[in-house]
Amino acid sequence: MADAVSEAEARRTVETVWRLESARIVASMARLVRDVGLAEELVQDALVAALQDWPRLGVPENPGGWLMLTAKHRAIDRLRRNDRLDDKVAQLGQDVAERRRTAIHDGTGDFDAVIDHEDLTDDVLRLIFIACHPVLPTPSRIALTLRLLGGLTTEEIARAFMVAEPTIAQRIVRAKKTLGERQIPFELPSQPERAERLGSVLEVVYLIFNEGYSATVGDDLLRPELCQEALRLGRMLAELAPGEPEVHGLVALMEIQASRFRARVDPTGRPITLSDQNRGRWDQLLIRRGFTALLRARNLNAPIGPYVLQAAIAACHAQARRAEDTNWEQIATLYQTLLQVAPSPVARLNHAVAVSMTAGPAVGLNMVDELTGHSALRNYHLLPAVRGDLLAKLGRMDEARVEFERAAELTRNAPEREVLLRRAYACTAGPG
Amino acid sequence: MRFLMTTNGGGPAPTPELYAEMGRFVEEMTKAGVLLASGGLDPNGTHFSATSGQVTLTDGPYTEAKESIVSFALIEARTQDEAIELAKRFWKVVGDGEGDMRQVYGPAD
Repeated sequence: MADAVSEAEARRTVETVWRLESARIVASMARLVRDVGLAEELVQDALVAALQDWPRLGVPENPGGWLMLTAKHRAIDRLRRNDRLDDKVAQLGQDVAERRRTAIHDGTGDFDAVIDHEDLTDDVLRLIFIACHPVLPTPSRIALTLRLLGGLTTEEIARAFMVAEPTIAQRIVRAKKTLGERQIPFELPSQPERAERLGSVLEVVYLIFNEGYSATVGDDLLRPELCQEALRLGRMLAELAPGEPEVHGLVALMEIQASRFRARVDPTGRPITLSDQNRGRWDQLLIRRGFTALLRARNLNAPIGPYVLQAAIAACHAQARRAEDTNWEQIATLYQTLLQVAPSPVARLNHAVAVSMTAGPAVGLNMVDELTGHSALRNYHLLPAVRGDLLAKLGRMDEARVEFERAAELTRNAPEREVLLRRAYACTAGPG
Repeated sequence: MRFLMTTNGGGPAPTPELYAEMGRFVEEMTKAGVLLASGGLDPNGTHFSATSGQVTLTDGPYTEAKESIVSFALIEARTQDEAIELAKRFWKVVGDGEGDMRQVYGPAD
């Protein structure tokens, strides 16, 4: 048995282990009790038990295994109380009680002894699918995913999204309730539902990434911890579902975008555009990882999806050692393909930018003007920002200034607003 | 936060069982999205020392195997506590030996 530790130390260990193991523990409990809400509750009980026991008995040799066993024990107690005891559960109960006696605090309580590895991979994947289930509103999917798969506290999620803590707590409670009421099964979706369900998972991960990469509100442009979390989820997903090209596409896209982290803001926190970034500061390790993920996607020989295409565009930028080396023709072609696969006004806007780089700002401006009436872009600050940029290139400074001012008005991110206002001001000083 | 974990030479020679177990550990860390890169190093290296513009080379092997790094793993963790917990697991797999863990400064530090 380990030595007694201080309460603070025990708490730290419990928190650390929870962050590392929450996905696996909750997933395997969810398979046992077939209810994600109940599974999380049981695991929370186990965490409370750890906080009580560990200061007195010491931190067990294998803290993750301890939490898993304790949660399982609680599940069995619960199932017994609920009078739903069948042979399988009885067997499991004996099994767990036995191992618990011999292994729990003497070091042989190996995590591996209490879990089934092959099932676990699928359990974690099931947990991701259920947390991102389309019956839940998107903000709830995000909160539940960060909570169950990331082990983040409601406070951490609230801080990252600049939302009040009770709001997040409520989202999570409601989401778990909905999953229970609608009796959403804890299983891997099969065809033809699978593509849509996977799409929802990828969307949630990418939304988390984007909120970290280009925060919609607040004083910081970047929230690295959200990007890290999304990358971790994506990398995890790539190993859990290696046969899905779009998973690798998303991972590639995130790795390559994250490689520009260091170059994206100046020392005062203001954003630096892609063309002005110091490319020597791009993280080559992440770029390489992104290219590897893109290759994995391509080697699957499946039809190309939107994430793979966006990753291919990101890869084009990553390959250009100087901004002027960028292969804009190839990027424009990729956007055109993207528009066929997944048409969206934002992709059209980006396509217009790429075209303007080869065919000139006037052509780009015409394409952008076709988008100005689009309802989905009405409050999208990058539409006037792009228009302003193209107008400035054409020397139409007065019009450009109005566009930059409009963009500054629309963005809710402080550093971005400052840059836009500077550009608006520059327009009054004369061309260029 | 990124951390570089390194192991030093001089430990017991790895057995096939250790290789298998290490393979599984590496797979698990990859699955958890934690491991960014890893590799082994030839203990026979070249030592450099530079003084006043004068570069001197010394070929390995070095006298103390215990002092030279023979493998590394670059991991990404959310906190130092997490990294330490992961490193502990690593050392449980390795058994006897020595090594270090250092934070690699990134954009957020």
